[in-house]
Amino acid sequence: MSDVHAQTVAYVAPSQIPPSPPPARERGAMKWFRANLFSSVSNGILTVIAILILAWSLPALIQWAFVDAVWEAGSLSECREIAAARGVEGSFACWAVINERFNQFLFGFYPEELYWRPILAFLLMFAAAAPVLFNQIPRQTLVGSALYPFVAYWLLWGGPVLPVVLAILGPVVGYAAFRGVEKAMEGDAGAAGMVAGALVTVLWWSFVPGLIDGGPGLAPVESARMGGFMLALIIGITGIAASLPFGILLALGRKSDLIFIKTLSVIFIEFIRGVPLITLLFVASSVLNYFFPPGTALDLILRVVIMATLFASAYMAEVIRGGLAALPSGQYEAADSLGLDYWKSMRLIILPQALKISIPGIVNTFIGLFKDTTLVSVIGLLDPVGIINPIRADSNWNGIVWEFYVFVGLFFWVFCFGMSRYSMYLERKLATDHR
Amino acid sequence: MTETAFSSESAVDPSLMKVSNEVAIQISNMNKWYGEFHVLRNIDLTVYRGERIVICGPSGSGKSTLIRCINRLEEHQQGTITVDGTELTSDLKNIDTIRKEVGMCFQHFNLFPHLTILENCTLAPIWVRKIPRKEAEETAMHFLAKVKIPDQAHKYPGQLSGGQQQRVAIARSLCMKPRIMLFDEPTSALDPEMIKEVLDTMIELAQEGMTMLCVTHEMGFARQVANRVIFMDQGQIVEQNEPEEFFRNPKSDRTKLFLSQILGH
Repeated sequence: MSDVHAQTVAYVAPSQIPPSPPPARERGAMKWFRANLFSSVSNGILTVIAILILAWSLPALIQWAFVDAVWEAGSLSECREIAAARGVEGSFACWAVINERFNQFLFGFYPEELYWRPILAFLLMFAAAAPVLFNQIPRQTLVGSALYPFVAYWLLWGGPVLPVVLAILGPVVGYAAFRGVEKAMEGDAGAAGMVAGALVTVLWWSFVPGLIDGGPGLAPVESARMGGFMLALIIGITGIAASLPFGILLALGRKSDLIFIKTLSVIFIEFIRGVPLITLLFVASSVLNYFFPPGTALDLILRVVIMATLFASAYMAEVIRGGLAALPSGQYEAADSLGLDYWKSMRLIILPQALKISIPGIVNTFIGLFKDTTLVSVIGLLDPVGIINPIRADSNWNGIVWEFYVFVGLFFWVFCFGMSRYSMYLERKLATDHR
Repeated sequence: MTETAFSSESAVDPSLMKVSNEVAIQISNMNKWYGEFHVLRNIDLTVYRGERIVICGPSGSGKSTLIRCINRLEEHQQGTITVDGTELTSDLKNIDTIRKEVGMCFQHFNLFPHLTILENCTLAPIWVRKIPRKEAEETAMHFLAKVKIPDQAHKYPGQLSGGQQQRVAIARSLCMKPRIMLFDEPTSALDPEMIKEVLDTMIELAQEGMTMLCVTHEMGFARQVANRVIFMDQGQIVEQNEPEEFFRNPKSDRTKLFLSQILGH
């Protein structure tokens, strides 16, 4: 039936069509505006509304923060005089308070002549973090990163140097214990080795540095004098660095087949997550000392750091558990079929992939923890929010409200945004499974 | 189902007929349940060293479960499995010993996406057999050359085609120098042109005398290479025979039905 097939024409391609470049896109601001802002009627209306809101609010904000602001003065009343002399009507930002009290915001009540120590510790922090964050840096520098916590502690709190040196030996001795267990068990130390290593390290830290009380060192500074951004960074960074490994262990414990470990992990995670951080901080400041042997009064900042770490670890454990579950089961099977034991397959195959999947959740938890450090103002520590009250109590600056919060907010935003950008860099760098 | 281009007249190559008397795998009266579901029933199987066995059957018949029991990716509840003289129990030492000698290739390749091809292949020799890195890399390049993709060594799995990934998976298993290779539907996720390159690799492996258990639907491959074809249905071994006898004179009705469906079109 020729008319049934009338539309079918046999076809053979005469040759391979060579690849050619795509057409040049017409560019220009008008094109971008039309495509992104006014692509449909509803989008256009939204754009106009957004422009109106910005036009209404932004000039007032810039006027308050920059144009009318007073940058240098000795007190709030002086601020007002200067502003009036300039002819400013309405409200203005008196940044002079920040200018005057900048050191307090940075260091709290740390002795002024010793400012070089926290500054040095801060600069060394970047040097110590760099090899951890960026793979291009030679791996030997990681030794410096490992030493940094002890060096930073000594710089900030001062005191004799010999106990710090002894404390550095703690993990070394713990590692020796781990190797000893490995040798005793003929090759595979497993969980017993790690427990032994951790136990030896903690015991060493509990008793050995305390044996030495004197000797050369730096002038000691009590924790009560620390405050401001320095305190937020101490608690935040320590909490972040410690909660990741602990969170990984909790997540693995929760997934474990050993009922004892699994139950302990679940109880820990559910309890910590179910309780507000503030209550944990109150526990840290009042009740925690009763859990330790009498006579060992742990420093308040240390107790707070412990609580913040435990809190973040519980959240971290769930984030990582999500990453572990997202991994195709074939990965676990391939690792098993090659003969890798549990800890090797975790370290080489599973955790690298699971952590990569969980990067957004992990960085989210870090950012949350860093901002949660402001809660310590409730138990009397002078973090950036807590230090606002003593400053405002000064009769010179009584009455200032917004400038403090904008400034502290800006500080936190800069750090959190930095973490955010680093996480995007990390995700891009690790995306090896896309062509 | 597309058949690969093997002539239906080709019997097993006589040079492949050599099979020793040494027992590689012994499965006796093995039973497995998933909860209440009896997935493997009274499995009795002896695999001799150098033998190549193809296991076929409808989906859900337990063929993948059977070979996964051999390297303890699945646990059996009753009966014994002995691999290379070591009995497979819940003792971790036994399991690790067996897994070193048994290599496995999966339907979905299961390469490690965060490592390069070379690192995929050297990982297990370095960390399990404790071979020095240089030597492991030489072995890896040797086996990658054998599966004909040495130039891809520094790429990531995501940059390779399916057929190349499966060949890398085979090379990765071979780097551990196993004595037994298990294949769980290695070509089922590949398109026809890639199936041939993977099957060619497996045929070469067979010609070198590797003991192989292969779950596959590639009947042409079975005819060319297998010493024995096993048909499973509903968890038990229904029939097993030499390939020619199996395909030409199936004894059980169930086998006849299965063969008519897969060879019919």
